Amino acid sequence: MSEQYLMARIADRPVAIPTAQVESVIDLGDILPAPLAPPQVRGLVAIRSRVVTVIDTEVALGLPRSVHDRRRAVITAVDGHHYAILVESLDEVETLVAQPLSSGLVLGDGWRDCATGIVEHGGEPMLVLDLSAWIPAAALAA
Amino acid sequence: MDELLQEFIAETRETLDALSGEVVAWEADPTDRARLDSIFRFVHTVKGSCGFLDLPRLARLSHAAEDVLAAVRDGGRIPDTALVNAVLAIIDRIGELVEAIDAGVSLEDSSEDLLIAALAENAAPVAVTATAPQARSHSRSVRLGVDLLDRMMSGMSEMVLARNDLARRLREGDCDPRMEAALERLSLTVADMRETVTRTRMQTIDTLFSAVPRLVRDTAAELGKTVVLSIEGGDVELDREMIELMRDPLVHVIRNSIDHGIEAPADRAAAGKPMAGLMTVSARQSGNQILIDITDDGRGIDTDRLVAKARDQRLMPEEALRALSEDARCELVFHPGLSSRDTVTATSGRGVGMDIVRANVEHIGGRVILSNRPGKGLAVTLRVPLTLSILTTIIVAAGGQQFALARQSVDEIVKVRSNQVRIDRIGGVTMATVRGERLPVVGLSELLGLGVAAIDTLVLVSTRDGSYALAVDEVIDSEELVIKPAAPAVMATGVYAGQTLPDNGRPMLLLDGAGVATRAGLVFDRIAAIAPDETEAAADEKRGLLFDDLDGHRRVVPLAVIDRVETVPVAAIRFTAGRLRLASGDALVPVHATAAMAPDTTVSLLRLTDGAVDIAYAIGDAIEIVALPRDIAPAQGAGVIAGVVMIADEQVEVIDVHALFAATAGPSSGAQPLCLLHADAGGWMTNFLKPVIEASGYRCVTRLAPGETAAVALAMSDGGADRTGSAAPLVTLRAEREPTGPRDESIYRYDREALQAALMRSREAMV
Repeated sequence: MSEQYLMARIADRPVAIPTAQVESVIDLGDILPAPLAPPQVRGLVAIRSRVVTVIDTEVALGLPRSVHDRRRAVITAVDGHHYAILVESLDEVETLVAQPLSSGLVLGDGWRDCATGIVEHGGEPMLVLDLSAWIPAAALAA
Repeated sequence: MDELLQEFIAETRETLDALSGEVVAWEADPTDRARLDSIFRFVHTVKGSCGFLDLPRLARLSHAAEDVLAAVRDGGRIPDTALVNAVLAIIDRIGELVEAIDAGVSLEDSSEDLLIAALAENAAPVAVTATAPQARSHSRSVRLGVDLLDRMMSGMSEMVLARNDLARRLREGDCDPRMEAALERLSLTVADMRETVTRTRMQTIDTLFSAVPRLVRDTAAELGKTVVLSIEGGDVELDREMIELMRDPLVHVIRNSIDHGIEAPADRAAAGKPMAGLMTVSARQSGNQILIDITDDGRGIDTDRLVAKARDQRLMPEEALRALSEDARCELVFHPGLSSRDTVTATSGRGVGMDIVRANVEHIGGRVILSNRPGKGLAVTLRVPLTLSILTTIIVAAGGQQFALARQSVDEIVKVRSNQVRIDRIGGVTMATVRGERLPVVGLSELLGLGVAAIDTLVLVSTRDGSYALAVDEVIDSEELVIKPAAPAVMATGVYAGQTLPDNGRPMLLLDGAGVATRAGLVFDRIAAIAPDETEAAADEKRGLLFDDLDGHRRVVPLAVIDRVETVPVAAIRFTAGRLRLASGDALVPVHATAAMAPDTTVSLLRLTDGAVDIAYAIGDAIEIVALPRDIAPAQGAGVIAGVVMIADEQVEVIDVHALFAATAGPSSGAQPLCLLHADAGGWMTNFLKPVIEASGYRCVTRLAPGETAAVALAMSDGGADRTGSAAPLVTLRAEREPTGPRDESIYRYDREALQAALMRSREAMV
């Protein structure tokens, strides 16, 4: 069961994002903070006359907020709202076959929630991500 | 009207087309409830529209059919073949009539009685002679799904934002003038389109008001009351969505008014009011808001009873209750669980009502305003924005970031530097005192974790529960913004109501005034923290409306007597029967004007009221609302001028409203004594005499209603009318010039002086 994946690096790890979840890839402009929102919500940004909520992946993974001013993001839509997921870097799109996470493989805290499987690319295994897992739900955020 | 008629025709025609299938199915199975319902809905709708459009024949037909169908729905009638046929014949006839109206031809109505008679139980079936169908004329309207309009609207918003984006990018670089011209043209087109698209979503508020007469009639009948309804401003346009959202609150307020406000006929008579209650439902546009007023002349809100109930239910501490201002006491009616009526009725009085009305109206960004005149009536004003999607906002800055705040939740913006404001720190909290009112201060940038800022500008925010002062770094602007919901995670903070993209292309969050209060931990228990002496001072401070009068003088009139300011065509004001009068609906309102008004223009009128009498004052221009200074230099015999005050270093004449009402208003209708005319056969009394008597301040009747007593009765000496049944002094009039005998105390009927003297004597005797 092969699928198309966008190769990316998040928090210094190679990951694969199913292209079905990716609406576009963009370099963000100025990010406007949204005070009091959960920490992984970096703020709001305007993309083509639309206001998009920016998600800081490193904070979402439980890592300290990156010193780099990351601007590259993957746009995804969840429940009618658009989100920009910040990434370190983006690579090409590959058609790969996903395998389930090996049993016994215990992932680090932040990764456990968003990983759905493993693909192998260029001899390197990488996690398949479900971007929506990073979107803080309304109930949890309060 | 033509437009409404066209709409009605299009709608009826379309429903009829859709209904033809239903009709056949119902014919096949008359017990089919769903079909019955849809046919019932159809005749009901037709009936409703007809009443409004004044199409009596259609109204009669549809009313008859509706009655029968209602009986069938209730199980009172069995839908047998005869009944089905009769109903179908009526539906066919409605179709024919509609086509006839559209084609502008008349249709003879001979068979309509037969059609209606056929609906009766055990009626003989009638053979219906079908008229030849007319050729349909072409329709100029298309009916669209609401979804499509919504998509158009959101597409339009996107387009506006895209245009703004483009404009901004062009401004950034060196721009070719030709490019700028093209952009300019695009902007104009976009603005034009936006307006047009917005209008497609607008409906006249008549769609909301058309159901009101029936509602009032039914509710009043249910409660054994009589209510005279007057509806004004039905042509005001409002967003379609808004109309739907206003439906429930409106129904609630109207039912409440009839149930709680308007008294039973006997109580009204005892209170010296006309037996029938008067209710006015009116709509008007004020800026980008729509004001719907529901006014009745009932007993108003009994605030003492409300307070007593609040005390019983321990809603708030005793001292807080006692400190409430009259307005605040009135507002208790919005408290869930408080209803001023002691008994629970089927109509209202369950204690759920006004709180829900307020919640609903505020949910759509509106406000409910009460104006209570105990014993005289209540006016409820529902103030709502024109549309939901575009909001007027105040842009504020805090912690280096900009936020929007809905305009309608902002009462006032004050600078701390001004001497009206005092800031105190008490027990770890900050408090602002603005003109005697103490408000908790919420520092916006601190609340949002954007750092501590000095308190400089306060935005007074009012929420459902109370008001507070929001400290911001600065107030930047007021802007109309398209608001969209923010992501759930952002909304969940509770302090935002949505997000928006203003013309500068930088996203902005819309603050939720009530949410900010909650987040800041404010608890409102309505403690009026005003010291007693300050209360007096505040109550003493009167406000007035400053205006330029027609004669060019600047004058001021106390705000309390102004009912509203309206603009009317000068043509509506005529000099009739010795004075200027404005034709307002069915009523004539006396008008005071200090100079002639130019014909073929419009004029602003201050509608003044003393609670019972309405008069109008024609003005040039309303300027602003000012505090009325207490020191008035009295006037030297200047008619309706009470004196002169200094406002902003200028001499301003104060209108003497007492003299104005005395001079302008005729005899008050409330206190008119009753004159019973024992009418003669020839009608001389009602035709010749009545106007004279009425001019002397009497109200004339030819028969006393139950509970009424006449102050004086008049009869003709040869009248032969039944003069019993009235204890009032009787004045007899004779047709002959000379008395018929020494004991003839009657008065010659054209002896006006003697007649008025006799009336005067009887009035003195009464006192």
